[in-house]
Amino acid sequence: MESLLAGCIGFLTACGVFLLLRGRTFPVVVGLTMLAYAVNLFLFSSGRLTLQGAAVLGTTDNYADPLPQALVLTAIVIGFAMTAYLVILAIRARADLGNDHVDGKLPENESSRKESR
Amino acid sequence: MTLLWILLLPLLGTLVPVLTAHWRRSACAMVTAIPPAFALMILLYHGSAVFAGESLRYTLGWIPLLGMDISIRLDGLAFLFSLLILGIGLLIILYARYYLSEQDSMPRFYAYLMLFMTAMMGIVLSNNVLQLWLFWELTSISSFLLISYWWHKSEARRGARMALAVTGAGGLCLLAALLLLGQITGSYDLDVILASGAVIQQHAWYPLVLVLFLLGCFTKSAQFPFHFWLPNAMAAPTPVSAYLHSATMVKAGIFLLARFYPAMAGTDLWFLLVSITGLTTLLVGAYLALFKHDLKGLLAYSTISHLGLITLLFGMGTDLAAVAGVFHIINHATFKASLFMAAGIIDHESGSRDMRKLNGLWHFMPITATLAMVAAAAMAGVPLLNGFLSKEMFFAETLHQHLLGSLSWIIPVLATVAAIFSVAYSMRFIHDVFFNGKPKGLTKTPHEPPRYMRMPVEVLVVLCILVGVAPGYIVGDLLHAASFAVLGTEVPAYSLAIWHGLNLPLLMSVVALAGGALIYINRKHLFDFQNTLPGVDAINTFELAMKVLTKRCQQFYGWLDNGSLQRYLVFLLMAIVVLAGMPLLQLDTLFGGRPELPVDAVNATGAAMLLISAFATVVFHRQRVVALLMISVVGLMVSIAFTRFSAPDLALTQLSVEVVTIILLMLALFFLPHKTPKQSSPTRVIRDISLASMVGVVIGSISYAIMTRPFNTISDYFLANAKTGGGGTNVVNVILVDFRGFDTFGEIAVLGIASLGIFKLLTRIPVFKPSSDGEGRPWALERHPVLLATVSQGLLPLALMVSVFIFFRGHNLPGGGFIAGLVTAVALILQYIAHGVEWVKSRMNIEYQRVVAVGLMIALLTGAASWLFNKPFLTSWFDYFDIPLLGEIELASAIAFDAGVYVTVVGSTLLILASLGKMTTSHRPVHTESI
Repeated sequence: MESLLAGCIGFLTACGVFLLLRGRTFPVVVGLTMLAYAVNLFLFSSGRLTLQGAAVLGTTDNYADPLPQALVLTAIVIGFAMTAYLVILAIRARADLGNDHVDGKLPENESSRKESR
Repeated sequence: MTLLWILLLPLLGTLVPVLTAHWRRSACAMVTAIPPAFALMILLYHGSAVFAGESLRYTLGWIPLLGMDISIRLDGLAFLFSLLILGIGLLIILYARYYLSEQDSMPRFYAYLMLFMTAMMGIVLSNNVLQLWLFWELTSISSFLLISYWWHKSEARRGARMALAVTGAGGLCLLAALLLLGQITGSYDLDVILASGAVIQQHAWYPLVLVLFLLGCFTKSAQFPFHFWLPNAMAAPTPVSAYLHSATMVKAGIFLLARFYPAMAGTDLWFLLVSITGLTTLLVGAYLALFKHDLKGLLAYSTISHLGLITLLFGMGTDLAAVAGVFHIINHATFKASLFMAAGIIDHESGSRDMRKLNGLWHFMPITATLAMVAAAAMAGVPLLNGFLSKEMFFAETLHQHLLGSLSWIIPVLATVAAIFSVAYSMRFIHDVFFNGKPKGLTKTPHEPPRYMRMPVEVLVVLCILVGVAPGYIVGDLLHAASFAVLGTEVPAYSLAIWHGLNLPLLMSVVALAGGALIYINRKHLFDFQNTLPGVDAINTFELAMKVLTKRCQQFYGWLDNGSLQRYLVFLLMAIVVLAGMPLLQLDTLFGGRPELPVDAVNATGAAMLLISAFATVVFHRQRVVALLMISVVGLMVSIAFTRFSAPDLALTQLSVEVVTIILLMLALFFLPHKTPKQSSPTRVIRDISLASMVGVVIGSISYAIMTRPFNTISDYFLANAKTGGGGTNVVNVILVDFRGFDTFGEIAVLGIASLGIFKLLTRIPVFKPSSDGEGRPWALERHPVLLATVSQGLLPLALMVSVFIFFRGHNLPGGGFIAGLVTAVALILQYIAHGVEWVKSRMNIEYQRVVAVGLMIALLTGAASWLFNKPFLTSWFDYFDIPLLGEIELASAIAFDAGVYVTVVGSTLLILASLGKMTTSHRPVHTESI
């Protein structure tokens, strides 16, 4: 099971990073969201995997590690705040600059390359 | 404590001329002289102790953990230099009063001068190398200000820039050397460093440290090949040249050589670098000085040459040579400062410094001429003057060294050659200026200077003679104390007598005097020869080099920082791969021994869905709506994973955040293009895929390595104390609101800040309303579907009840303020979606930024309330109450804190989404001063 989850974390990271490297703001936001999933799972998994062991006292003998859970819980909420901030920044940038490229301007060589494709 | 005042008084003195700027010039000069005069008195008061061989210390703790202390050490060497700095400084203050004209700002000059004096005192008194370096840099800066004092002159500006660039670069080298020394010895304390000479010299870094250290010293002391800045610094007013460029600042490098002598000297490398540099500088300076037509230019090259002489003496590595070096420091400071001041008088009273114009001044200013001639004779090494004594010692030392093996005889020969030129340029200074016909083309008739302008010169010249005639009485103690401080051991026996009998050094002196006279008489041939050589314009060459360097740096910077975010990201991610991947390479096996859980069908299906949807997100990332749908599946799968692996709180949070995030991104897409154009070239895509894969592989591997390793968690403490200490059975929630409550407080603060930032970003945004979607289809006319409107209205009370339920059970069962807040927010947002802003606003007119503030206040006050009970911030309290009808219930202060979290989350989420949602309506946020 651990190898499967590690594989998922790695794959999510790779997908997130790939989207992060795109040139337009929206895919970057999506990529960051994806990366946030990967990071949350990564942090969560550092408390090791436990089945049927929610950290509620008196329900089980084998508790899952509650500390990473507490950290990830706030990380999820803050991750949402950051995603929101970023996407609003993207909207504002598009409104002010007239395009949605991450550099704020369309690269000339890339737009000409687009013609040739 | 009085030691500190020696340093503080000049620093305070920096303010004195500024405060008395409107006073008469003489008064201003007089009060400026008071602080250094007091400092000098304190210094002399400590003289007897220093002469007795003590070194006085004073330490004021500052940042002891970093080895940064304000630490002062007054030993013989520091005493000698302090005496020169304060003594000559006082003479310079007097001299400058008459030198500066009515147009020159005297307070500015004095303030710079005092700043420089402070810096120099700081260097010589520091007992902490970092503190020393700080003052070292301060001398560079204050000398820059002093050289550029006449900033309207281009040569002053260029000269100052050059001096700053050269000495500043050297200063950085010195810093590196001092930091390395600190690493080697484990302390920045000078006492410790000086006592660990053996450790330093055996350390593998010694060559590097030495080279960096010497670069610092040589640039400051104008040693070849860094000598070029000194002649160009002569654009400074003459008092500056007399003070900085003969007596003090250029000696700072020499001072460091002397100061670190016990720690650094004695190796072959030291000898090779220091003595060869010194010898070269000695010869080059002496030779070039002869050809300068500018009085100050001649003196500048002569200074370079004498500095080379002292460097050579320290490079020889014998104790007697070091004593001779210290002695020559004293002598050179006295005769060269007086010569510079004499040159300044000549310039001031005749309007020129050009020796081709200045002739026969003896008739116009006999007293000044006599003084200058005595000082120049001391420079040439004429017997009965101080220069003669140290030069004799120098000659004797060159004869006693065996540094070059069988070629060692070269050094005394070259020393004699340099001395010959030294005599020749001294003779030129005397003969060309004061005799040799009549003045040519001077703009004014030369005359004697004001009485007190000449006085500093007189004082110094008298010293030259006194030291020359009775060295033992005048400087015997001082020299002994300073030499003792340099060597760190007992000073070898030496004799300060004038007459040592007929010996080889005396012969060398005679040869130098005769040869110098011969060369001076036949100088015409030498000048003709020199004129055939191609001249090098130091300042233009230097500036050209600086221009090229600047351009290269700009090119490099332009390449590195080209404004492309993607490029920076690539660099960053590569660094991650390298930094995180390296340790993995050293790991034998990823698997850490902890047995894996078995994979069942449910998990496998979930993982497959996760992978497929993540892949689909990437594949369809250009069709943004599709990508959004796909990533929402990823989020769903992640929350299911949390459920599966015993984290119900996380699953609930993830689920509700997921809803909010997708609504937010949907809304955002209204304002952004719906499709991403194809822009990346195939090579770019391949590069990105490989980079992303590498990052993924590294992260996945690390994750696997962590998960399969057994570990000891600190959470046992939380599990054991959640009920007894925090009063709840849901440990995750107790950690959030109790054990780590302060962290949570910080996190809701961040959430609040982000939402306020968004609110602000959306005000005054240029409005644009796309009338159709990305493919040109107009938006649906039916804005609020009836079905949704009906259902949502019924759903609202239900959802609110659920959130209340989740909130209250949170302390004992999965739930809590975060989740309850998100559920409430989603229920309210649904009303916006179903009915529109207008409808909601008419029923619930709340400014969400206030809600955020209220939530944060609740959390803050709950935390602060524990102060009332003399407990630290956010100490929790709980108890059980037996209430009729309801039975026993628990009340905990943590619930109030959780309420703060709840309100903040509701307020922030709604502020974010409602602000964005209102963009298309007339209620969009506008800039108002009230918020």
